[in-house]
Amino acid sequence: MPINGSPRALDPAPPSAAGIGLRKPRRRPEAAPVPPARGAGAAGAIEAPVFPFSAIVGQDEMRRALLIAAVDPSVGGVLVLGDRGTGKSTAIRGLAALLPPMAAVADCPYACDPGAPAGACPHCAARPGSRATRIVPVPVVDLPLGATEDRVVGALDLERALTRGEKAFEPGLLARANRGFLYIDEVNLLDDHLVDLLLDVAASGVNTVEREGLSVRHPARFVLVGSGNPEEGELRPQLLDRFGLAVEVTTPTDLPTRIDVVRRRDAYERDPAGFCAAHARADRAIRKALAAARARLPGLAVPDATLEAAARLCLALGTDGLRGELTLMRTARALAAYEGAETVGLDHLARVAPSALRHRLRRNPLDETGSTARVARAVAEILPEAPSP
Amino acid sequence: MSACWSLALRAARLAAADPRACGGVVVRAGAGPVRDRWLDHLRACLGPGRPVLRLPAGIADDRLLGGLDLAATLAAGRPVAQTGLLAAADGGILVVPMAERLSPGTAARLAAVLDTGSVRVERDGLAATRPARIGLVLLDEGATPEEGVPEALADRLAFHLDLTGLAWGDTEAPAAPTPAADRAHDPDSAVADLCAAAAGLGIPSLRAPLLAMRVARAAAACDGLQTVGAAHVREAAALVLGPRACRIPPPEEMPEGAEPPGDARTDAAPSEDDARTAPQAESVIEAKSVIEAARAAIPAGLLARLVEGSRRGAAAKAGRSGAPQQAKRSGRPAGTRPGHPREGRFALIDTLRAAAPWQRLRGAPEPDGPRIRVRACDFRIARFRQHSETTTIFAVDASGSAALERLAEAKGAVESLLAEAYIRRDRVALVAFRGSGAEILLPPTRALARARRGLGGLPGGGGTPLAAGLDAAGELARAVRRGGGSAVVVVLTDGRANVARSGAPGRAQAGADALHAAGLIRAAEIRTILIDTAARPQDPARRLAEAMGARYLPLPHADAAAVSGAVRAAR
Repeated sequence: MPINGSPRALDPAPPSAAGIGLRKPRRRPEAAPVPPARGAGAAGAIEAPVFPFSAIVGQDEMRRALLIAAVDPSVGGVLVLGDRGTGKSTAIRGLAALLPPMAAVADCPYACDPGAPAGACPHCAARPGSRATRIVPVPVVDLPLGATEDRVVGALDLERALTRGEKAFEPGLLARANRGFLYIDEVNLLDDHLVDLLLDVAASGVNTVEREGLSVRHPARFVLVGSGNPEEGELRPQLLDRFGLAVEVTTPTDLPTRIDVVRRRDAYERDPAGFCAAHARADRAIRKALAAARARLPGLAVPDATLEAAARLCLALGTDGLRGELTLMRTARALAAYEGAETVGLDHLARVAPSALRHRLRRNPLDETGSTARVARAVAEILPEAPSP
Repeated sequence: MSACWSLALRAARLAAADPRACGGVVVRAGAGPVRDRWLDHLRACLGPGRPVLRLPAGIADDRLLGGLDLAATLAAGRPVAQTGLLAAADGGILVVPMAERLSPGTAARLAAVLDTGSVRVERDGLAATRPARIGLVLLDEGATPEEGVPEALADRLAFHLDLTGLAWGDTEAPAAPTPAADRAHDPDSAVADLCAAAAGLGIPSLRAPLLAMRVARAAAACDGLQTVGAAHVREAAALVLGPRACRIPPPEEMPEGAEPPGDARTDAAPSEDDARTAPQAESVIEAKSVIEAARAAIPAGLLARLVEGSRRGAAAKAGRSGAPQQAKRSGRPAGTRPGHPREGRFALIDTLRAAAPWQRLRGAPEPDGPRIRVRACDFRIARFRQHSETTTIFAVDASGSAALERLAEAKGAVESLLAEAYIRRDRVALVAFRGSGAEILLPPTRALARARRGLGGLPGGGGTPLAAGLDAAGELARAVRRGGGSAVVVVLTDGRANVARSGAPGRAQAGADALHAAGLIRAAEIRTILIDTAARPQDPARRLAEAMGARYLPLPHADAAAVSGAVRAAR
């Protein structure tokens, strides 16, 4: 039937997704001839383990924000903006490797939570009886810039339609990212029509597909993680608003830190497996701390004094709406849980305030001081006893 | 054989030895035998069996990344994937001609492939990851210093070569390539040395010392050595760090390996450097407070009216056919709709998709008949949204007379308009004229952060080469138009020119030249607005505005009521 000798038919989904969302096992695994790549060893073959999260030098704010999002996904995503070559993508890929696994309904393409009601998901609603559970890694789905709309939201299963004449829905990247992370590198360069799709889904947590005669609604709750360089293009304000936390990363300027960064990267590239083994202990410690923090989170109450301080901070900065306060409170609580604190204190608030608020200030193009400095000023005024962030 | 050429050959050899680790090469040179010879050398170094592919200009994502193979899909009756160019170049080198014209989107896709060594395809119902361990060769034919390859890509490529100064005679027949030896091991201090050298040269990116380290290792391997020697570190610093230098380190700080090699290749780096730092060394007016001060003087909504006005102008010129016709077939894809192929661009995949569910109902295929039954009602054509992007070009008079009076408010006006341009997702560009000529401080960009930096360092003082400024702005506007966008020029000046086109001082000739330049702008039918920055609105600016066919808007003393009145009057 195929006219070409070795049809490069549909490949299995990328291994990073660990099979989540794959409705059926694909046939004919890809056997692409790989030319002898002499350079593969230097910069890591694609199978090489990712750079360990615990081996990242500095960038405390970025690492803290990512861990907070991992502890409490309801903070609403992380935006990492900054200079080139500061390890934005490295940190996010490293985080994916150490997330504690989760329980999911077996065979559900949306990896539904077995504890949640079945109504929201078309797959689970159709099979009310069978709720077998399996332990799966948390999905961290990469949304590449060149993705087409049909792969993002899901579309008609072309293979089944062509070969069997069946009308079936093939879930897209948003389905796979449900209950996990959706990572967009260079988010400020994403095509406008994809941004529009994301805006709606990120706000509602539901992906509605109405195309090609299909009508599907499925859950798509994910932590949106974006990274980019603001010099290459601004982010749409609406998309900016969807991120709970915004972090700015800069290239370290002191020489010892820079040497340390380059040295570690160099060591990793020469021997990825050995380097990762050397940091496996530290990574495991972070994973344990994440799991413990999640267990602690529901029991952690926010004292009134902290709530009041958060409200005063938002008032002083003039952030729009209540979202700033809510994010601030949740972020501080997640940080307290991660650090094993008894209560959510003012110091937690002070440390997370820049990430939680800097992108919510009313845009003032003429104020060159930058929003980070404005937040820091407000924190110093309102929380004088707390250490500066 | 010149030193520059031998360095270029060495870079080619090292890049070929390990394209993935080195990232690749930026080659700044015009098309010609010198560049071809260098490419031939690169190909020879790479050896047979490793691909060297060329990236066609304006490549679509399905060819770049891979996607559905339509012919095979139709023939086979099931989806068949095709390999994109990036995956096909795995293990070899992808040559990008006219890299200075690369769109940020394509550059970001290439950068992602360089980072991961693989290409992810999420297209047309296909999901796949394929290895793409490639190096890039960016052929940069930029004619002016402003034109260059995207920085995100340049940052990831180890070698930046400039072959513009080379003649054919400088390039003797290249030496035969020697095969690369095994991977070498290095002393730990090499990393520290390279980091220190990068810091001394003012290179902010951390990728630079990392790439230099990889190059040092590749150089040692090329020499058949197991350890990286001091010579290799020096060579790597010269090849990788030298061309990136942002400043010349003071002598005592100058690290061993970072002597700028004195040849044509590195000439470009210091001269760019001079252009960037020298004006800042001059008396720069304190940007922050100045911008704050001018804030009140910005007519709100000025830009909106400008654009409105320009659209009206376009509508009036009914003779320009072609533009709307073109809009249907180009621009950003915005889905498909049912329709006949002659009404627009035929969308084959969507047509197939539309036909697919009905195949069973339409009956089993006959033995010799078409495998897929497509009917007229299945036809889909692509819809395109023409993103008619407006580029606002600010031509700012930064000369002495203006600097003393209203430069502060001019900057404030620019920033405020930038904020509006940003909301519209339009682009801005900034031309400053002072002293003896004009300079494009900010090529068309959408990034507010970048624009703000350009404005912050805007120096003031010197003569008023008004003609040069108008010429530069007009040329930029025509370039924007060639790219399919529309341009609006906003001139901020008091209209008193005193430097002629030739660069010679003299009011009479300068004024005549300025009026001539204004006439050229009018002839090109470029939408223009002139903001008179003089303390008291004066005749020269008004005359200039008339000559340009510009809307004339005096910016009176920072009096909000008077400004809004003026804007209402100008409406």
